[in-house]
Amino acid sequence: MSDASAKGPAPLIEVRNIVKHFGSVIALSGVSLSVGGGEVHCLLGDNGAGKSTLIKTLAGVHRPTSGDYLVEGKPVSFANPRNALDAGIATVYQDLAMIPLMSVTRNFFMGREPVVGTTPFKRIDFNFANSVTREEMHRIGIDVRDPHQAVGTLSGGERQCVAIARAVYFGAKVLILDEPTSALGVAQTSMVLKYIHLVRQKGLGVIFITHNVRHAYAAGDRFTVLNRGKTLGTYVKAEIPMDDLQNLMAGGKELQQISSELGGTV
Amino acid sequence: MSPGQKTPSDVIAPAAPPAQVDERLRKTSIVTEAMRRPELGAIAGLIVVLIFFLFTASPTMFTLSGVMTILAPASQLGILAIAAALLMIGGEFDLSIGSMIAFAGLAFAAALVNAHWPLPVAIVATMVFAAIVGAINGQLVIQTRLPSFIVTLAFLFILRGLTLVGLKFATGGSTQLRGVDDVVQGDLVKSLFSGVAFQGFFSWLASNNLIDKFDNGVPKVSGVPVSILWFIGFAIVATWILLRTRVGNWIYASGGDPNAARNSGVPVSRVKTGLFMLTACAAALVAILTVLDAGSTDARRGVQKEFEAIIAAVIGGCLLTGGYGSAIGAFIGAIIFGVVSIGLTYTSFDSDWFQVFLGAMLLMAVLFNNYIRRKVTGER
Repeated sequence: MSDASAKGPAPLIEVRNIVKHFGSVIALSGVSLSVGGGEVHCLLGDNGAGKSTLIKTLAGVHRPTSGDYLVEGKPVSFANPRNALDAGIATVYQDLAMIPLMSVTRNFFMGREPVVGTTPFKRIDFNFANSVTREEMHRIGIDVRDPHQAVGTLSGGERQCVAIARAVYFGAKVLILDEPTSALGVAQTSMVLKYIHLVRQKGLGVIFITHNVRHAYAAGDRFTVLNRGKTLGTYVKAEIPMDDLQNLMAGGKELQQISSELGGTV
Repeated sequence: MSPGQKTPSDVIAPAAPPAQVDERLRKTSIVTEAMRRPELGAIAGLIVVLIFFLFTASPTMFTLSGVMTILAPASQLGILAIAAALLMIGGEFDLSIGSMIAFAGLAFAAALVNAHWPLPVAIVATMVFAAIVGAINGQLVIQTRLPSFIVTLAFLFILRGLTLVGLKFATGGSTQLRGVDDVVQGDLVKSLFSGVAFQGFFSWLASNNLIDKFDNGVPKVSGVPVSILWFIGFAIVATWILLRTRVGNWIYASGGDPNAARNSGVPVSRVKTGLFMLTACAAALVAILTVLDAGSTDARRGVQKEFEAIIAAVIGGCLLTGGYGSAIGAFIGAIIFGVVSIGLTYTSFDSDWFQVFLGAMLLMAVLFNNYIRRKVTGER
């Protein structure tokens, strides 16, 4: 086990013993997690492990029943996602928060449109917005043919990257990525993973939720495995080979058995 | 090398930087570019309709007076259609606008005739009143999360019923409230909402033999009905709001995907409530225009206007599912409506063909819009 952040500055965000009940359902029973700047922390777990509840708690959608939530060492309590966003914690949800029928520019600046002009003639500064969009897309390596093109025409990976780029552009310090690669093909996945790497190099903290160990292993520095609302452990990459991680996540033996029956790794 | 063969480098080099131009992306032609505009279908429709009438209608349809005859009813519908289009882009319907016309007409006429309020006060009061009803509509839809279809359908009946009851109360048993003319006689504000504009210009045109005139020198068309000016002005403002302002972006976003919009910080509830208030105010404006023109109001005002407005918006390229459409499209949709409904009287066809024509037009518009939507989003 490790706590990489123990000696350095306070981690960007840290939760200790987070508990979340929904009525009689105990969704999280004491989960601890931290992520520092320039780190990709993978949150692994099978369906129903509590990943979604945990990230929604981090994102300010849910409030924890008990436990501590610290941002840069200071305890916080977010009333809504907007508060979390203002604190620099941006969540890119699986459903992307992108609107397919709207242009890339309009999506990129949705809710935070730059304006020019005085009140009755206040309008979106499309020159600025388009040039920023083009520039940011170029930085990711997406050649936006035309910032007016609808987001619906982009591929899944491109959309995911646009969503991440948007969060980064608007000053996120911590990115929570909810299964960004789960619906993507191989090439698209590598595009997203590459971009996550880029974001890490910029010094942001990333919480990367996935149930694909390969994707996690490719991008992550540390791994936390959740099972039935509990942390099974946090490991740094050097400590744990991929197969062990896989087994840990799937709950051990059964999967190994299936895997050997199928003659390979699942 | 034969095209079927792959060199090893083709296969193993996915990491190589992609070519500047994605080979799977066809070069978008100007035609495809134009297809992205929601109002394209409406423009095409208008051209088709105009060609049809050019061959079948008597030439008087295309004279100045014919054009005004077509545009006057189109403008009233158009004001509603543009508001309905904005609301549809925002992802909701308002089926109560037809009844709202009658209801606002009652409020307006009663304020003038029964309460003896001055015209400007009555106009402002009617607008505020309509905005409140619109806000109630919007809040009900948002708070209950019921489809706006149902909520506003309820209001279609509630407002119509209230209008009947209120009219009988205000008049002592009649469903028509008269006497508006007498109380607004000579009011300067009236000319903003009633009659025609640019009379001097039209007389000048007539005196220079540029337009048709009667034998006594009075032009056959004495001016532009003010409702047409309201129609054009509203279309311009609405288009500007949609395409150039933050609110416009929020309207598209609220209709496109309310959750995604909310996650991105768009005040979806406020946008939608505001749009419901806008449609109600548009209905009130139409009520004021018609009441001042007719000098009276009655309980049957605005019957079925809600459907006509939605049809015009759909013909203008609005998707029923929200998030896509334009104000210019609704503007053209309303003109198509006027051209067909009035135009048939210039032909030898039975003018009852109008409804058949309208239904067919609506069906074609919906099919076309869906096709365009798939184009725009690259089939998803």
